[in-house]
Amino acid sequence: MADFNGVVGVAEQRNGKLQSTSLEVLTVARKIADDLGTEVTAILLGSSDGDTPAERGADRVWMVSAPELEHFQAGVYNQVLGHLLAELKPEVIVGAATIAGKALFGRLAANLGTGLASDAVAIETDKEKRTVAVTRAVYGGNAVAQWVVRTLPQIITIRSKVFGEAKPNGEKGEVIQKDVPRELFSSPAKWLKSAEERGQSVNLSQADIIVSGGRGLRGPENFAMIDGLANALGGAVGASRAAVDAGWISYAHQVGQTGKTVNPKLYVACGISGAIQHLAGMQSSKCIVAINKDPEAPIFKIATYGIVGDLFVVVPALTQKLKAQNE
Amino acid sequence: MNIVVCIKQVPDTATIRFEPRAERVDISGATLIINPMDEYAIEEGLRLREKYGGKVTAISLGTKETEETLRTAIALGIDEGILVSDPLFEGSDAYVTAYVLAQAIKKLGSFHLVLFGKSSSDNDTAWTGPAVAEFLGISDVTFVKKIEEISESRARVQRMMEEGYDLIETSLPAVFTVVKEINEPRLPSLKGKLKAKSYKVPIWAATDLGLDSTKFVKAGVKSELLRVWVPEARKGGTIFQGEPEDVAAQLVQALKEQQII
Repeated sequence: MADFNGVVGVAEQRNGKLQSTSLEVLTVARKIADDLGTEVTAILLGSSDGDTPAERGADRVWMVSAPELEHFQAGVYNQVLGHLLAELKPEVIVGAATIAGKALFGRLAANLGTGLASDAVAIETDKEKRTVAVTRAVYGGNAVAQWVVRTLPQIITIRSKVFGEAKPNGEKGEVIQKDVPRELFSSPAKWLKSAEERGQSVNLSQADIIVSGGRGLRGPENFAMIDGLANALGGAVGASRAAVDAGWISYAHQVGQTGKTVNPKLYVACGISGAIQHLAGMQSSKCIVAINKDPEAPIFKIATYGIVGDLFVVVPALTQKLKAQNE
Repeated sequence: MNIVVCIKQVPDTATIRFEPRAERVDISGATLIINPMDEYAIEEGLRLREKYGGKVTAISLGTKETEETLRTAIALGIDEGILVSDPLFEGSDAYVTAYVLAQAIKKLGSFHLVLFGKSSSDNDTAWTGPAVAEFLGISDVTFVKKIEEISESRARVQRMMEEGYDLIETSLPAVFTVVKEINEPRLPSLKGKLKAKSYKVPIWAATDLGLDSTKFVKAGVKSELLRVWVPEARKGGTIFQGEPEDVAAQLVQALKEQQII
Protein backbone atom coordinates (compact mmCIF):
# COMPACT_ATOMS: atom_id res chain seq x y z
CA MET A 1 0.00 0.00 0.00
CA ALA A 2 2.87 2.33 0.80
CA ASP A 3 3.79 2.47 -2.87
CA PHE A 4 0.61 4.33 -3.66
CA ASN A 5 0.28 7.96 -2.68
CA GLY A 6 -1.96 10.96 -3.21
CA VAL A 7 -5.21 11.69 -4.96
CA VAL A 8 -5.64 12.34 -8.67
CA GLY A 9 -8.49 14.40 -10.11
CA VAL A 10 -8.99 13.88 -13.83
CA ALA A 11 -10.24 17.12 -15.38
CA GLU A 12 -12.18 17.11 -18.62
CA GLN A 13 -12.06 19.95 -21.11
CA ARG A 14 -14.26 20.62 -24.10
CA ASN A 15 -12.99 23.15 -26.61
CA GLY A 16 -10.43 24.25 -24.05
CA LYS A 17 -13.02 24.91 -21.34
CA LEU A 18 -12.90 23.03 -18.05
CA GLN A 19 -16.17 21.17 -17.67
CA SER A 20 -18.40 21.98 -14.73
CA THR A 21 -18.35 18.38 -13.47
CA SER A 22 -14.55 18.52 -13.54
CA LEU A 23 -14.69 21.43 -11.11
CA GLU A 24 -16.76 19.16 -8.89
CA VAL A 25 -14.12 16.45 -9.36
CA LEU A 26 -11.60 18.92 -7.90
CA THR A 27 -13.88 19.53 -4.89
CA VAL A 28 -14.08 15.80 -4.20
CA ALA A 29 -10.37 15.15 -4.84
CA ARG A 30 -9.46 17.97 -2.40
CA LYS A 31 -11.84 16.63 0.25
CA ILE A 32 -10.45 13.08 0.02
CA ALA A 33 -6.85 14.34 0.02
CA ASP A 34 -7.54 16.43 3.14
CA ASP A 35 -9.15 13.43 4.85
CA LEU A 36 -6.13 11.29 4.02
CA GLY A 37 -3.59 14.00 4.73
CA THR A 38 -2.18 13.87 1.23
CA GLU A 39 -2.01 15.96 -1.97
CA VAL A 40 -4.05 16.44 -5.11
CA THR A 41 -2.58 16.13 -8.58
CA ALA A 42 -4.97 17.19 -11.31
CA ILE A 43 -4.45 15.68 -14.74
CA LEU A 44 -5.61 17.70 -17.72
CA LEU A 45 -5.39 16.29 -21.22
CA GLY A 46 -5.55 18.85 -24.04
CA SER A 47 -5.34 22.61 -23.69
CA SER A 48 -7.29 24.86 -21.37
CA ASP A 49 -8.35 28.46 -21.92
CA GLY A 50 -6.50 29.73 -18.88
CA ASP A 51 -8.83 28.48 -16.19
CA THR A 52 -6.67 25.92 -14.44
CA PRO A 53 -7.21 23.27 -11.79
CA ALA A 54 -4.04 24.72 -10.20
CA GLU A 55 -6.12 27.63 -8.91
CA ARG A 56 -8.99 25.44 -7.78
CA GLY A 57 -7.50 23.33 -5.05
CA ALA A 58 -5.02 21.11 -6.90
CA ASP A 59 -1.51 21.10 -5.42
CA ARG A 60 -0.13 20.50 -8.89
CA VAL A 61 -1.38 19.95 -12.41
CA TRP A 62 0.02 17.52 -14.90
CA MET A 63 -0.81 18.69 -18.39
CA VAL A 64 -0.33 16.86 -21.62
CA SER A 65 -0.94 18.96 -24.71
CA ALA A 66 -1.21 17.45 -28.17
CA PRO A 67 -3.62 17.88 -31.08
CA GLU A 68 -4.77 14.29 -30.53
CA LEU A 69 -5.95 15.20 -27.02
CA GLU A 70 -8.01 18.27 -27.97
CA HIS A 71 -11.09 16.11 -28.44
CA PHE A 72 -12.16 13.26 -26.25
CA GLN A 73 -10.98 9.91 -27.60
CA ALA A 74 -11.52 7.08 -25.14
CA GLY A 75 -8.73 4.87 -26.48
CA VAL A 76 -6.07 7.59 -26.56
CA TYR A 77 -7.11 9.09 -23.21
CA ASN A 78 -6.99 5.65 -21.64
CA GLN A 79 -3.47 5.02 -22.93
CA VAL A 80 -2.13 8.43 -21.90
CA LEU A 81 -3.76 8.31 -18.47
CA GLY A 82 -2.56 4.75 -17.94
CA HIS A 83 0.98 5.92 -18.66
CA LEU A 84 0.79 8.93 -16.32
CA LEU A 85 -0.88 6.96 -13.53
CA ALA A 86 1.78 4.27 -13.66
CA GLU A 87 4.24 7.02 -12.76
CA LEU A 88 2.03 8.80 -10.22
CA LYS A 89 0.65 5.71 -8.46
CA PRO A 90 -2.16 7.50 -6.62
CA GLU A 91 -4.27 5.89 -3.92
CA VAL A 92 -7.46 7.38 -5.34
CA ILE A 93 -8.46 8.58 -8.81
CA VAL A 94 -11.51 10.81 -9.07
CA GLY A 95 -13.27 11.34 -12.40
CA ALA A 96 -16.58 12.62 -13.72
CA ALA A 97 -19.44 10.25 -14.53
CA THR A 98 -20.17 12.19 -17.72
CA ILE A 99 -20.68 10.38 -21.02
CA ALA A 100 -16.96 10.73 -21.73
CA GLY A 101 -16.14 9.64 -18.16
CA LYS A 102 -18.33 6.56 -18.49
CA ALA A 103 -16.46 5.66 -21.67
CA LEU A 104 -13.05 6.28 -20.14
CA PHE A 105 -12.93 5.03 -16.58
CA GLY A 106 -14.31 1.52 -17.15
CA ARG A 107 -11.62 0.97 -19.71
CA LEU A 108 -9.00 2.52 -17.45
CA ALA A 109 -10.00 0.26 -14.55
CA ALA A 110 -9.48 -2.81 -16.72
CA ASN A 111 -6.23 -1.31 -18.00
CA LEU A 112 -4.89 -0.71 -14.47
CA GLY A 113 -6.31 -3.97 -13.13
CA THR A 114 -8.28 -2.22 -10.44
CA GLY A 115 -11.85 -1.55 -9.42
CA LEU A 116 -14.19 1.34 -10.12
CA ALA A 117 -17.01 2.65 -7.98
CA SER A 118 -19.02 4.85 -10.32
CA ASP A 119 -21.66 7.58 -10.14
CA ALA A 120 -21.08 8.70 -6.55
CA VAL A 121 -23.74 10.91 -4.99
CA ALA A 122 -21.91 10.82 -1.66
CA ILE A 123 -18.48 9.74 -0.49
CA GLU A 124 -17.14 8.68 2.87
CA THR A 125 -13.42 8.40 3.59
CA ASP A 126 -12.19 5.78 6.03
CA LYS A 127 -9.02 7.41 7.35
CA GLU A 128 -7.72 4.23 9.00
CA LYS A 129 -8.17 1.93 6.03
CA ARG A 130 -7.53 4.78 3.58
CA THR A 131 -10.52 3.79 1.47
CA VAL A 132 -13.30 5.83 -0.04
CA ALA A 133 -16.81 4.39 0.10
CA VAL A 134 -19.08 5.53 -2.69
CA THR A 135 -22.83 5.89 -2.34
CA ARG A 136 -24.70 5.47 -5.61
CA ALA A 137 -28.23 5.01 -6.87
CA VAL A 138 -29.29 1.54 -8.00
CA TYR A 139 -32.55 0.25 -9.49
CA GLY A 140 -33.28 3.60 -11.06
CA GLY A 141 -32.85 5.53 -7.85
CA ASN A 142 -35.31 3.37 -5.93
CA ALA A 143 -32.50 2.06 -3.77
CA VAL A 144 -29.04 3.15 -2.77
CA ALA A 145 -25.86 1.08 -2.52
CA GLN A 146 -22.53 1.77 -0.93
CA TRP A 147 -19.46 0.34 -2.68
CA VAL A 148 -15.80 0.38 -1.91
CA VAL A 149 -12.88 -0.51 -4.16
CA ARG A 150 -10.50 -2.98 -2.51
CA THR A 151 -7.55 -2.54 -4.86
CA LEU A 152 -5.26 0.40 -5.62
CA PRO A 153 -5.65 2.81 -7.16
CA GLN A 154 -9.29 3.12 -6.17
CA ILE A 155 -11.15 4.74 -9.06
CA ILE A 156 -14.31 6.64 -8.31
CA THR A 157 -16.52 8.70 -10.59
CA ILE A 158 -18.99 11.32 -9.43
CA ARG A 159 -22.40 12.35 -10.68
CA SER A 160 -22.81 15.91 -11.95
CA LYS A 161 -24.48 18.59 -9.83
CA VAL A 162 -23.98 16.92 -6.47
CA PHE A 163 -20.71 18.07 -4.91
CA GLY A 164 -20.37 21.71 -5.95
CA GLU A 165 -17.68 23.29 -8.10
CA ALA A 166 -14.24 24.06 -6.67
CA LYS A 167 -13.76 27.84 -6.62
CA PRO A 168 -10.46 29.66 -7.22
CA ASN A 169 -8.86 29.69 -3.76
CA GLY A 170 -6.20 32.36 -4.23
CA GLU A 171 -3.39 29.83 -4.26
CA LYS A 172 -1.66 28.49 -7.27
CA GLY A 173 -0.36 24.98 -7.63
CA GLU A 174 2.50 24.06 -9.89
CA VAL A 175 1.67 23.33 -13.54
CA ILE A 176 3.87 20.69 -15.10
CA GLN A 177 3.86 19.93 -18.81
CA LYS A 178 4.36 16.21 -19.22
CA ASP A 179 5.73 14.52 -22.28
CA VAL A 180 4.47 11.09 -23.14
CA PRO A 181 5.55 8.69 -25.91
CA ARG A 182 3.99 9.63 -29.25
CA GLU A 183 2.70 6.14 -29.88
CA LEU A 184 0.16 6.62 -27.07
CA PHE A 185 -1.62 9.16 -29.28
CA SER A 186 -2.72 6.62 -31.85
CA SER A 187 -5.71 4.39 -31.42
CA PRO A 188 -7.90 2.30 -33.74
CA ALA A 189 -10.82 4.64 -32.95
CA LYS A 190 -10.56 8.23 -34.17
CA TRP A 191 -12.63 11.32 -33.47
CA LEU A 192 -13.77 12.93 -36.73
CA LYS A 193 -16.05 15.75 -35.60
CA SER A 194 -18.50 16.93 -32.97
CA ALA A 195 -22.01 18.02 -33.88
CA GLU A 196 -24.22 20.05 -31.61
CA GLU A 197 -27.88 19.36 -31.30
CA ARG A 198 -30.03 22.27 -30.25
CA GLY A 199 -27.01 23.64 -28.40
CA GLN A 200 -27.10 24.02 -24.66
CA SER A 201 -30.80 23.33 -24.35
CA VAL A 202 -30.08 19.61 -24.55
CA ASN A 203 -27.23 19.41 -22.03
CA LEU A 204 -29.44 18.01 -19.31
CA SER A 205 -26.74 16.69 -17.00
CA GLN A 206 -25.16 20.15 -16.64
CA ALA A 207 -28.44 22.07 -16.33
CA ASP A 208 -29.54 23.68 -13.07
CA ILE A 209 -33.09 23.89 -14.33
CA ILE A 210 -34.93 21.46 -16.61
CA VAL A 211 -38.43 21.83 -18.02
CA SER A 212 -39.80 18.56 -19.39
CA GLY A 213 -42.82 17.76 -21.51
CA GLY A 214 -44.73 14.52 -21.78
CA ARG A 215 -47.70 12.89 -23.42
CA GLY A 216 -49.95 15.66 -22.11
CA LEU A 217 -48.49 17.97 -24.75
CA ARG A 218 -50.49 16.07 -27.39
CA GLY A 219 -48.14 16.94 -30.26
CA PRO A 220 -44.63 18.03 -31.28
CA GLU A 221 -45.68 21.62 -32.01
CA ASN A 222 -46.50 22.15 -28.36
CA PHE A 223 -42.88 21.68 -27.28
CA ALA A 224 -42.55 25.36 -28.29
CA MET A 225 -44.43 26.08 -25.07
CA ILE A 226 -41.90 24.02 -23.10
CA ASP A 227 -39.07 25.85 -24.87
CA GLY A 228 -40.70 29.14 -23.85
CA LEU A 229 -40.88 28.20 -20.17
CA ALA A 230 -37.33 26.76 -20.25
CA ASN A 231 -36.14 30.03 -21.80
CA ALA A 232 -37.84 32.14 -19.17
CA LEU A 233 -36.18 30.02 -16.47
CA GLY A 234 -32.83 29.76 -18.27
CA GLY A 235 -33.10 25.98 -18.30
CA ALA A 236 -32.77 23.00 -20.60
CA VAL A 237 -35.59 21.01 -22.21
CA GLY A 238 -36.34 17.44 -21.21
CA ALA A 239 -38.99 14.94 -22.22
CA SER A 240 -40.65 11.75 -21.11
CA ARG A 241 -40.24 8.50 -22.96
CA ALA A 242 -43.79 8.80 -24.33
CA ALA A 243 -42.97 12.12 -26.03
CA VAL A 244 -39.71 10.75 -27.47
CA ASP A 245 -41.26 7.51 -28.67
CA ALA A 246 -44.03 9.50 -30.37
CA GLY A 247 -41.27 11.29 -32.32
CA TRP A 248 -42.11 14.74 -30.89
CA ILE A 249 -38.56 15.42 -29.73
CA SER A 250 -35.17 13.71 -30.06
CA TYR A 251 -33.89 11.01 -27.73
CA ALA A 252 -31.15 13.33 -26.46
CA HIS A 253 -33.86 15.02 -24.39
CA GLN A 254 -35.25 11.88 -22.78
CA VAL A 255 -35.15 11.72 -18.99
CA GLY A 256 -35.65 8.38 -17.28
CA GLN A 257 -34.49 4.82 -17.07
CA THR A 258 -33.72 4.42 -20.76
CA GLY A 259 -32.70 8.07 -21.14
CA LYS A 260 -30.69 10.41 -18.95
CA THR A 261 -30.50 10.63 -15.20
CA VAL A 262 -30.60 14.24 -14.08
CA ASN A 263 -30.15 16.02 -10.82
CA PRO A 264 -31.04 19.70 -11.31
CA LYS A 265 -31.99 22.28 -8.72
CA LEU A 266 -35.41 22.59 -10.34
CA TYR A 267 -37.29 20.07 -12.47
CA VAL A 268 -40.61 21.12 -13.99
CA ALA A 269 -42.69 18.21 -15.30
CA CYS A 270 -45.43 19.33 -17.69
CA GLY A 271 -48.02 16.79 -18.75
CA ILE A 272 -45.94 13.92 -17.39
CA SER A 273 -47.86 11.38 -15.31
CA GLY A 274 -44.75 10.08 -13.57
CA ALA A 275 -44.23 6.42 -14.51
CA ILE A 276 -41.59 4.73 -12.34
CA GLN A 277 -39.22 4.71 -15.34
CA HIS A 278 -39.45 8.49 -15.58
CA LEU A 279 -39.11 9.03 -11.83
CA ALA A 280 -35.95 6.90 -11.98
CA GLY A 281 -34.29 9.63 -14.00
CA MET A 282 -35.31 12.73 -12.04
CA GLN A 283 -36.45 11.97 -8.50
CA SER A 284 -33.21 13.21 -6.95
CA SER A 285 -33.87 16.73 -8.28
CA LYS A 286 -33.84 19.24 -5.42
CA CYS A 287 -37.19 20.79 -6.25
CA ILE A 288 -39.82 19.15 -8.45
CA VAL A 289 -42.76 21.05 -9.90
CA ALA A 290 -45.55 19.04 -11.51
CA ILE A 291 -48.19 20.47 -13.81
CA ASN A 292 -50.83 17.93 -14.74
CA LYS A 293 -54.57 17.89 -15.16
CA ASP A 294 -54.97 14.52 -13.45
CA PRO A 295 -54.90 15.00 -9.66
CA GLU A 296 -54.19 11.25 -9.27
CA ALA A 297 -51.02 11.36 -11.42
CA PRO A 298 -48.15 9.65 -9.53
CA ILE A 299 -45.89 12.63 -10.22
CA PHE A 300 -47.77 14.60 -7.53
CA LYS A 301 -46.67 12.05 -4.91
CA ILE A 302 -43.07 13.23 -5.26
CA ALA A 303 -43.54 16.84 -6.39
CA THR A 304 -42.41 19.63 -4.10
CA TYR A 305 -45.04 21.85 -5.72
CA GLY A 306 -47.96 20.68 -7.77
CA ILE A 307 -50.43 22.47 -9.97
CA VAL A 308 -53.50 20.49 -10.94
CA GLY A 309 -54.67 22.11 -14.12
CA ASP A 310 -54.59 22.41 -17.88
CA LEU A 311 -50.95 22.80 -18.89
CA PHE A 312 -52.02 24.68 -22.03
CA VAL A 313 -53.20 27.49 -19.75
CA VAL A 314 -50.87 27.09 -16.77
CA VAL A 315 -47.56 26.89 -18.66
CA PRO A 316 -48.10 30.12 -20.66
CA ALA A 317 -49.31 31.88 -17.50
CA LEU A 318 -46.19 30.77 -15.67
CA THR A 319 -43.95 31.82 -18.57
CA GLN A 320 -45.62 35.26 -18.65
CA LYS A 321 -45.21 35.69 -14.92
CA LEU A 322 -41.50 34.80 -15.07
CA LYS A 323 -40.88 37.05 -18.07
CA ALA A 324 -42.55 39.95 -16.28
CA GLN A 325 -40.29 39.33 -13.28
CA ASN A 326 -37.18 39.16 -15.44
CA GLU A 327 -37.85 42.54 -17.03
CA MET B 1 -20.38 -10.29 -40.32
CA ASN B 2 -20.17 -12.13 -37.03
CA ILE B 3 -21.68 -10.31 -34.11
CA VAL B 4 -21.72 -11.03 -30.40
CA VAL B 5 -24.37 -9.41 -28.22
CA CYS B 6 -23.75 -9.40 -24.47
CA ILE B 7 -26.98 -9.38 -22.54
CA LYS B 8 -27.88 -9.30 -18.87
CA GLN B 9 -30.86 -10.62 -16.99
CA VAL B 10 -32.26 -8.04 -14.59
CA PRO B 11 -35.28 -7.77 -12.33
CA ASP B 12 -37.88 -5.48 -13.91
CA THR B 13 -37.60 -2.39 -11.69
CA ALA B 14 -41.33 -1.74 -11.99
CA THR B 15 -42.10 -5.13 -10.38
CA ILE B 16 -39.76 -4.80 -7.38
CA ARG B 17 -41.34 -3.86 -4.08
CA PHE B 18 -39.11 -1.31 -2.43
CA GLU B 19 -39.80 -1.29 1.31
CA PRO B 20 -38.99 2.16 2.68
CA ARG B 21 -35.91 2.14 4.93
CA ALA B 22 -35.31 -1.58 4.24
CA GLU B 23 -31.66 -2.62 4.44
CA ARG B 24 -31.98 -4.74 1.31
CA VAL B 25 -33.76 -4.93 -1.99
CA ASP B 26 -35.96 -7.99 -2.23
CA ILE B 27 -36.05 -9.07 -5.85
CA SER B 28 -37.55 -12.51 -5.18
CA GLY B 29 -40.99 -11.49 -6.40
CA ALA B 30 -39.81 -9.48 -9.37
CA THR B 31 -40.18 -10.46 -13.01
CA LEU B 32 -36.84 -11.27 -14.62
CA ILE B 33 -36.33 -9.66 -18.00
CA ILE B 34 -33.66 -8.81 -20.55
CA ASN B 35 -32.04 -5.56 -19.47
CA PRO B 36 -34.16 -3.03 -21.45
CA MET B 37 -31.13 -1.34 -23.08
CA ASP B 38 -29.88 -4.73 -24.32
CA GLU B 39 -32.94 -5.10 -26.53
CA TYR B 40 -31.49 -2.33 -28.70
CA ALA B 41 -28.17 -4.17 -28.93
CA ILE B 42 -29.97 -7.36 -30.00
CA GLU B 43 -32.01 -5.45 -32.57
CA GLU B 44 -28.92 -3.78 -34.02
CA GLY B 45 -27.21 -7.17 -34.29
CA LEU B 46 -30.20 -8.61 -36.12
CA ARG B 47 -30.39 -5.65 -38.52
CA LEU B 48 -26.69 -5.94 -39.36
CA ARG B 49 -27.09 -9.66 -40.02
CA GLU B 50 -30.07 -9.01 -42.28
CA LYS B 51 -28.00 -6.53 -44.27
CA TYR B 52 -24.59 -8.18 -44.34
CA GLY B 53 -25.23 -11.85 -43.51
CA GLY B 54 -23.33 -13.78 -40.85
CA LYS B 55 -24.30 -14.87 -37.39
CA VAL B 56 -25.44 -13.22 -34.18
CA THR B 57 -24.57 -14.90 -30.90
CA ALA B 58 -25.85 -13.76 -27.52
CA ILE B 59 -23.79 -14.33 -24.39
CA SER B 60 -24.99 -13.85 -20.85
CA LEU B 61 -23.27 -14.36 -17.55
CA GLY B 62 -25.68 -15.55 -14.94
CA THR B 63 -27.35 -18.43 -13.18
CA LYS B 64 -29.53 -21.26 -14.52
CA GLU B 65 -32.48 -18.84 -14.51
CA THR B 66 -30.70 -16.71 -17.11
CA GLU B 67 -31.43 -19.43 -19.70
CA GLU B 68 -34.88 -17.87 -20.02
CA THR B 69 -33.38 -14.54 -21.03
CA LEU B 70 -31.25 -16.24 -23.68
CA ARG B 71 -34.34 -18.04 -24.94
CA THR B 72 -36.06 -14.66 -25.30
CA ALA B 73 -33.09 -13.52 -27.40
CA ILE B 74 -33.47 -16.64 -29.57
CA ALA B 75 -37.16 -15.85 -30.00
CA LEU B 76 -36.15 -12.41 -31.26
CA GLY B 77 -33.98 -14.03 -33.94
CA ILE B 78 -30.57 -14.50 -32.34
CA ASP B 79 -28.80 -17.57 -33.84
CA GLU B 80 -27.08 -18.88 -30.74
CA GLY B 81 -27.41 -18.06 -27.04
CA ILE B 82 -24.67 -19.07 -24.63
CA LEU B 83 -24.95 -19.05 -20.87
CA VAL B 84 -21.73 -18.47 -18.98
CA SER B 85 -22.31 -19.83 -15.53
CA ASP B 86 -20.20 -21.20 -12.70
CA PRO B 87 -20.41 -21.03 -8.90
CA LEU B 88 -16.98 -19.40 -9.16
CA PHE B 89 -18.58 -16.36 -10.80
CA GLU B 90 -20.99 -15.69 -7.96
CA GLY B 91 -20.47 -12.29 -6.38
CA SER B 92 -18.72 -10.98 -9.49
CA ASP B 93 -18.30 -7.24 -9.75
CA ALA B 94 -18.26 -5.41 -13.09
CA TYR B 95 -14.51 -6.05 -13.41
CA VAL B 96 -14.84 -9.83 -13.13
CA THR B 97 -17.96 -9.86 -15.28
CA ALA B 98 -16.08 -8.02 -18.02
CA TYR B 99 -13.08 -10.31 -17.68
CA VAL B 100 -15.19 -13.47 -17.93
CA LEU B 101 -17.22 -12.13 -20.86
CA ALA B 102 -13.99 -11.30 -22.68
CA GLN B 103 -12.79 -14.90 -22.24
CA ALA B 104 -16.14 -16.22 -23.52
CA ILE B 105 -15.97 -13.93 -26.58
CA LYS B 106 -12.42 -15.18 -27.29
CA LYS B 107 -13.64 -18.75 -27.11
CA LEU B 108 -16.29 -18.02 -29.75
CA GLY B 109 -13.53 -17.40 -32.25
CA SER B 110 -13.62 -14.77 -34.95
CA PHE B 111 -16.04 -11.86 -34.60
CA HIS B 112 -16.36 -8.38 -36.05
CA LEU B 113 -18.49 -6.60 -33.52
CA VAL B 114 -19.50 -6.96 -29.86
CA LEU B 115 -22.65 -5.11 -28.87
CA PHE B 116 -23.89 -4.07 -25.42
CA GLY B 117 -26.80 -1.97 -24.19
CA LYS B 118 -25.39 1.28 -22.77
CA SER B 119 -26.00 0.25 -19.15
CA SER B 120 -28.11 -2.06 -17.03
CA SER B 121 -31.27 -1.01 -15.23
CA ASP B 122 -30.14 -2.46 -11.90
CA ASN B 123 -26.60 -1.20 -11.26
CA ASP B 124 -26.35 1.22 -14.19
CA THR B 125 -22.55 1.41 -14.16
CA ALA B 126 -22.15 1.49 -17.98
CA TRP B 127 -18.59 0.21 -17.78
CA THR B 128 -18.76 -3.50 -18.60
CA GLY B 129 -18.58 -2.84 -22.36
CA PRO B 130 -15.48 -0.61 -22.32
CA ALA B 131 -13.77 -2.98 -19.87
CA VAL B 132 -14.46 -5.97 -22.16
CA ALA B 133 -12.89 -4.03 -25.04
CA GLU B 134 -9.80 -3.37 -22.93
CA PHE B 135 -9.51 -7.07 -21.99
CA LEU B 136 -9.90 -8.03 -25.66
CA GLY B 137 -7.38 -5.38 -26.72
CA ILE B 138 -9.77 -3.84 -29.26
CA SER B 139 -11.37 -0.41 -29.54
CA ASP B 140 -14.76 0.56 -28.22
CA VAL B 141 -17.31 3.26 -28.85
CA THR B 142 -19.84 3.88 -26.11
CA PHE B 143 -23.36 5.33 -26.36
CA VAL B 144 -23.61 4.69 -30.11
CA LYS B 145 -26.77 6.25 -31.50
CA LYS B 146 -26.22 5.54 -35.17
CA ILE B 147 -24.01 3.36 -37.33
CA GLU B 148 -23.43 5.49 -40.42
CA GLU B 149 -21.24 3.04 -42.31
CA ILE B 150 -19.90 -0.39 -41.55
CA SER B 151 -17.84 -3.07 -43.26
CA GLU B 152 -16.08 -6.09 -41.83
CA SER B 153 -12.98 -4.00 -41.15
CA ARG B 154 -14.22 -0.45 -40.37
CA ALA B 155 -17.17 1.48 -39.04
CA ARG B 156 -18.18 5.10 -38.74
CA VAL B 157 -20.60 5.77 -35.91
CA GLN B 158 -22.24 8.58 -33.99
CA ARG B 159 -21.60 8.57 -30.26
CA MET B 160 -24.14 10.45 -28.20
CA MET B 161 -22.61 13.25 -26.10
CA GLU B 162 -24.17 15.72 -23.67
CA GLU B 163 -24.67 18.42 -26.28
CA GLY B 164 -25.06 16.38 -29.46
CA TYR B 165 -22.85 13.69 -30.87
CA ASP B 166 -19.28 12.87 -31.86
CA LEU B 167 -18.55 11.14 -35.13
CA ILE B 168 -16.06 8.33 -34.55
CA GLU B 169 -14.30 6.08 -37.02
CA THR B 170 -12.91 2.80 -35.80
CA SER B 171 -11.40 -0.36 -37.16
CA LEU B 172 -13.18 -3.61 -36.38
CA PRO B 173 -13.38 -5.77 -34.38
CA ALA B 174 -14.69 -3.35 -31.80
CA VAL B 175 -17.13 -3.11 -28.92
CA PHE B 176 -20.11 -0.76 -29.26
CA THR B 177 -22.51 0.07 -26.47
CA VAL B 178 -25.77 1.38 -27.89
CA VAL B 179 -28.42 3.84 -26.75
CA LYS B 180 -32.13 3.66 -27.37
CA GLU B 181 -32.10 6.06 -30.29
CA ILE B 182 -30.28 3.57 -32.52
CA ASN B 183 -33.37 1.58 -33.50
CA GLU B 184 -36.78 0.30 -32.52
CA PRO B 185 -36.63 -3.29 -31.29
CA ARG B 186 -38.91 -5.86 -32.86
CA LEU B 187 -41.19 -8.28 -31.06
CA PRO B 188 -40.49 -12.02 -31.10
CA SER B 189 -41.87 -13.85 -34.12
CA LEU B 190 -43.93 -17.02 -33.91
CA LYS B 191 -41.14 -18.91 -35.68
CA GLY B 192 -38.64 -17.51 -33.21
CA LYS B 193 -40.79 -18.49 -30.24
CA LEU B 194 -41.01 -22.06 -31.53
CA LYS B 195 -37.25 -22.21 -31.99
CA ALA B 196 -36.71 -20.81 -28.51
CA LYS B 197 -38.96 -23.42 -26.96
CA SER B 198 -36.85 -26.35 -28.07
CA TYR B 199 -33.51 -24.51 -27.97
CA LYS B 200 -30.95 -26.11 -25.69
CA VAL B 201 -28.81 -23.37 -24.17
CA PRO B 202 -25.09 -24.30 -24.14
CA ILE B 203 -23.54 -23.63 -20.75
CA TRP B 204 -19.90 -22.64 -20.42
CA ALA B 205 -18.31 -23.03 -17.02
CA ALA B 206 -15.06 -21.53 -15.75
CA THR B 207 -12.98 -24.49 -16.93
CA ASP B 208 -14.47 -24.20 -20.45
CA LEU B 209 -13.00 -20.69 -20.53
CA GLY B 210 -9.64 -21.80 -19.22
CA LEU B 211 -10.29 -20.10 -15.91
CA ASP B 212 -9.15 -22.33 -13.10
CA SER B 213 -9.73 -21.05 -9.60
CA THR B 214 -6.13 -19.96 -8.99
CA LYS B 215 -5.98 -17.96 -12.19
CA PHE B 216 -9.35 -16.54 -11.42
CA VAL B 217 -8.36 -15.24 -8.02
CA LYS B 218 -5.70 -13.19 -9.76
CA ALA B 219 -8.27 -11.50 -11.93
CA GLY B 220 -10.58 -11.44 -8.97
CA VAL B 221 -13.13 -9.11 -7.54
CA LYS B 222 -11.93 -5.54 -7.04
CA SER B 223 -14.87 -3.92 -5.36
CA GLU B 224 -17.16 -4.79 -2.52
CA LEU B 225 -20.77 -3.94 -1.88
CA LEU B 226 -20.92 -2.66 1.71
CA ARG B 227 -24.63 -2.16 2.02
CA VAL B 228 -27.86 -1.48 0.20
CA TRP B 229 -30.83 0.41 1.49
CA VAL B 230 -34.08 1.88 0.34
CA PRO B 231 -34.21 5.59 1.04
CA GLU B 232 -37.21 7.24 2.64
CA ALA B 233 -39.72 7.80 -0.14
CA ARG B 234 -39.92 11.36 -1.38
CA LYS B 235 -43.11 13.02 -0.23
CA GLY B 236 -45.46 15.24 -2.14
CA GLY B 237 -45.59 18.86 -1.05
CA THR B 238 -47.87 21.81 -1.67
CA ILE B 239 -50.59 21.70 -4.30
CA PHE B 240 -51.61 25.09 -5.67
CA GLN B 241 -55.18 25.52 -6.81
CA GLY B 242 -57.16 28.28 -8.41
CA GLU B 243 -57.00 30.49 -11.47
CA PRO B 244 -53.95 29.95 -13.72
CA GLU B 245 -52.57 33.47 -13.10
CA ASP B 246 -52.93 33.02 -9.34
CA VAL B 247 -51.29 29.59 -9.18
CA ALA B 248 -48.49 30.81 -11.44
CA ALA B 249 -47.88 33.73 -9.09
CA GLN B 250 -47.99 31.47 -6.01
CA LEU B 251 -45.53 29.04 -7.57
CA VAL B 252 -43.08 31.77 -8.62
CA GLN B 253 -43.23 33.26 -5.14
CA ALA B 254 -42.61 29.87 -3.51
CA LEU B 255 -39.64 29.15 -5.80
CA LYS B 256 -38.20 32.57 -4.98
CA GLU B 257 -38.65 32.13 -1.25
CA GLN B 258 -36.85 28.80 -1.44
CA GLN B 259 -34.12 30.51 -3.49
CA ILE B 260 -34.56 28.03 -6.31
CA ILE B 261 -34.91 30.76 -8.92
